[in-house]
Amino acid sequence: MATTTYSKESAGGSLTARALREGFFAGLVAFGLFILFVGLETTQNIRNELVLNQRWGLLAIFVAVAAAGRFLGVLYVQPWLAARKTAKAAVADKDVPETFLARNFSKLAILALVLMPPVAVALFGVQGSLKWVDNFGIQILIYVMLAWGLNIVVGLAGLLDLGYVAFYAVGAYSYALLSQHFGFSFWILLPLAGILAAFWGMILGFPVLRLKGDYLAIVTLAFGEIIRLVLINWTEVTKGTFGISGIPKASVFGIWSFDVGAANNFAKVFELPMSSAYYKIFLFYVILALALLTAYVTIRLRRMPIGRAWEALREDEIACRSLGINTVTTKLTAFATGAMFGGFAGSFFAVRQGFVSPESFVFLESAIILAIVVLGGMGSLVGIAVAATVMVGGTELLREMTFLKAIFGPDFTPELYRMLIFGLAMVVVMVWKPRGFVGSREPTAFLHERKAVSGSFTKEGHG
Amino acid sequence: MEYFVQQLINGLTLGSIYGLIAIGYTMVYGIIGMINFAHGDIFMLGGFAALIIFLILTSVFVGLPVVILLLVMMAAAMLTASLWNWTIEKVAYRPLRGSFRLAPLITAIGMSITLSNFIQVTQGPRNKPIPPLVSSVYEVFGLSISLKQILIMILTVSLLAVFWYIVNKTSLGRAQRATEQDRKMAALLGIDVDRTISITFIMGAALAAVAGTMYLMYYGVIVFTDGFVPGVKAFTAAVLGGIGSLPGAVLGGLLIGLIESLWSAYFTIDYKDVATFSILAIVLIFKPSGILGRPEVEKV
Repeated sequence: MATTTYSKESAGGSLTARALREGFFAGLVAFGLFILFVGLETTQNIRNELVLNQRWGLLAIFVAVAAAGRFLGVLYVQPWLAARKTAKAAVADKDVPETFLARNFSKLAILALVLMPPVAVALFGVQGSLKWVDNFGIQILIYVMLAWGLNIVVGLAGLLDLGYVAFYAVGAYSYALLSQHFGFSFWILLPLAGILAAFWGMILGFPVLRLKGDYLAIVTLAFGEIIRLVLINWTEVTKGTFGISGIPKASVFGIWSFDVGAANNFAKVFELPMSSAYYKIFLFYVILALALLTAYVTIRLRRMPIGRAWEALREDEIACRSLGINTVTTKLTAFATGAMFGGFAGSFFAVRQGFVSPESFVFLESAIILAIVVLGGMGSLVGIAVAATVMVGGTELLREMTFLKAIFGPDFTPELYRMLIFGLAMVVVMVWKPRGFVGSREPTAFLHERKAVSGSFTKEGHG
Repeated sequence: MEYFVQQLINGLTLGSIYGLIAIGYTMVYGIIGMINFAHGDIFMLGGFAALIIFLILTSVFVGLPVVILLLVMMAAAMLTASLWNWTIEKVAYRPLRGSFRLAPLITAIGMSITLSNFIQVTQGPRNKPIPPLVSSVYEVFGLSISLKQILIMILTVSLLAVFWYIVNKTSLGRAQRATEQDRKMAALLGIDVDRTISITFIMGAALAAVAGTMYLMYYGVIVFTDGFVPGVKAFTAAVLGGIGSLPGAVLGGLLIGLIESLWSAYFTIDYKDVATFSILAIVLIFKPSGILGRPEVEKV
């Protein structure tokens, strides 16, 4: 630990010496880490043999950045952080009055989301709004909804679930298969997909009732993978890796349709120019409504006995059981409720894409959703929404950064770095703010008086 | 019958690789109680390091004996993977050691994503095939055993012996076991806990790198996504054998390898991963302590 703690005695010259030493050391480590993978590249030549490509310049940049970063970190950032910490501790007792923005943040955010499509249309035109409504709006809202659904399981009940994407898949395939084989509409299948997913939540939840923490996480991961592998291999029903395409579109409760040939086509009825943007805007409002429903149900459930039981379960299972709470039904309802929202989101996903394949339901998706929940500060709806916007929106934004091509040359494809940056962001945010973006989590029920529980006193993942 | 024995041999080879990876999981879980999710990707990284060293050696020294080639590949892979795991522990896990339990799991998942994408970005997303290194095949009683299979099994057994000796007979091993039992008490008794944990990560990574080299030699191809599935299977092996137990990890690995190859041989190859994952679930649900593990007692 001697390398990372900052002592006040070592000010001035010795600090610079230490920074130099550590900078050199960091450079050395970076050299060792990157020499094979950055310094050399394996590429195929014309005869399909592997050959090595040398990139020593790039390696030098990596090493220099690591060394300089460590040097500056030790010399400036660490003393600055330490100073800020002491300054913060001095003013910690003062009550900061809530600003208008902080108090009404969620209301303002919902208002902004409701107004977003018209504003986007006004600013960028009907066709130009597509990117903002579809790539950003819908994409982020799907993850917000999924994360809020998973939040019920992980954030409220404290059950660590790494296979949440399984329920998303159940929802998506329910809609895809039932609409294709039986011709049911989206509005019938949406609740049905939710019910089916909840049913699966109970089936998968039942065997894992005895498990806790990491083991629970791994078993749920295994279940998620099993469902995906079945989707891949059960080709008679799911068409395997080819996926199911041509999934029917949703309609505005059967009144207006978005199918091009239909008589009640939305654009025709209102005599607007044909565009796929209307459908996307409609879908945007659908997913917004679904996400808000998830949030509303979560908020209401937290005040009901079952929500209280979830929180009690999260805080201490043994105490919970000795107080006569039935942990079996408590856990199963948490799994089922979380899964149900996953199912809703899944059927929405299917209707939005018009195509589902097992590719969309890999473990990585579960990891992303869980990361959003944890980074948002488990249990905090606003924090999760912020985390989803930052993580998903941020990586989507990377696709837009065409100006980077000017810096790094025309071969530079920012999309390639999307997941790399996502993974690094997960690590950095977690190390920097282990309690998530919204730090404190308060149980809703208190004895005698309301007081904030410090993060270090609560434990999670034990449930 | 011969078919069965043949599948047995294939399964044992595969299982040895899983066992080598599983040791890393089991040691890290034993000592700090976290699932090092990035361990599978350390294995993949080791394989890539071996691949790159192989390409350097074959292009610079033509006609190098295979033994030296393999040894250098293995040494370089072990060094690189150890350095990576050491850095990852220091950067991503150590700051969160006092935090709640989910925190290091999240950074581990983040690291796993980072590592596989780092390799994808720097080395390209395509399969990396190499020419066969060891190709001799022996015919014994109508069975064909290849030299590489023998090599993998011998290596696993000898490495297990070495590591078993380190953990059970040396002072380093004693420090590791003390840290595993009670970290605070170990620190009070003068054990450098941070250093012990670092060394555990280094040891785990070195074994994963050996497994990565063997994997590359056995299959002759590696790709950046190769960390995930072998990683989960090795974790299954660690759990099956009883987490925290070294012989358990190898035993679990061998069992997983056998189940996988026998399942593929007698049932359908499509569902072989489903079989492994089901075993993981079944073992965790009905016997979470595994075959050789100690049952965990919960303190209130």
